[in-house]
Amino acid sequence: MVPLSWYLILSAILFCLGVFGFLLKRNIITIFMSIELMLNAVNLTFVAFANYWSEHGLKLALSGHVFVFFVMVVAAAEAAVGLAIIIAVFRTRETLNVDRVNLLKL
Amino acid sequence: MVHEILFIIFGLICVAGAVNLLVQRHPIHSALSLVLVMASLALIYLLLGAEFVAAIQVIVYAGAIMVLFVFVIMLLNAGAEEHSPGSKIALLMGVPGVIVFGCLVGWIMIHTSTQLGGVRINPSDFGDTHNIARLLFRDFLLPFEITSVLILIAIMGAVVLGRRQN
Repeated sequence: MVPLSWYLILSAILFCLGVFGFLLKRNIITIFMSIELMLNAVNLTFVAFANYWSEHGLKLALSGHVFVFFVMVVAAAEAAVGLAIIIAVFRTRETLNVDRVNLLKL
Repeated sequence: MVHEILFIIFGLICVAGAVNLLVQRHPIHSALSLVLVMASLALIYLLLGAEFVAAIQVIVYAGAIMVLFVFVIMLLNAGAEEHSPGSKIALLMGVPGVIVFGCLVGWIMIHTSTQLGGVRINPSDFGDTHNIARLLFRDFLLPFEITSVLILIAIMGAVVLGRRQN
C-alpha cells in the first residue's frame, strides 16, 4: 500500500520542475512543454485523490477521472492553438527566443 | 511491497525525465524526455487503478499532443536554445518562491502522511471504461457537449492562425 502523500509529493516535484522550466527556459516551445508538465502533475493529483476517496466510500469519487479527461481535452485544444501561435510568431520574427519576442507590434 | 517498488521505479523515471527536460538545450530532446515522463505517468495511473485515464494518457498525450510538438519543432527547424540573460525578477523571486513552495508541500505531506492513509489498487472495476462512460454521458453530459464546441473553436483558431497572411 503506497501512502497517498507519496503521490502528492511526486506531483509537487513535477509541478515545481514545470514552473522552473517556465521561468528559466528561453525557447518558446520548451516553455510550452513545461506547461504540459504542470498539467500532468495536476492530473496525477486528481487520479490519486479519486482512488483515495473511492476507498473511503465517496460515491462520486470517479469524477476525478472525468475531470482528468476534461483537462486532457483542454490541453489538446491549447496545444493546437498555442503551436499555431508559435508558428505565426516564428514567421514574422524568425526566432523562438522569448527574449526577442517582447513587443506586440513589429 | 511490489506496489511500492513499482511506484518508486516509475516515480524516479518520471522525475529523471522532467529534470532532463530542463537540462537539455535542444527542444527535440526536451520533447522526447517529456514523452518519457508521460509514459511513466501512465504506468503510475495503472498503479492507481485508473485504466481509462492511463489509456488516454498514452493515446492523447504521448501520442497526439507530443507528435504535434515534435512536428512543429521539425517544421520550424528549431536549433539549440540561445543563451540570453532573461528576466531578473524570475530568477530572484520566482526560483526561491518555487523552492519554498516545494519544500512547504513536501514538509506538510510528510507530517500528515499517517493521517492521510494509503492508496491501493482497487480490486473492483473502479476506473474502467464502463463506469467512466456512465458518469461522463449522464452526470457530465453538458460539460462534455461544451468541450466539443471548445474543440471546434480551437480547430478554427489553429487554421486561422496558421494561415499565411498575404
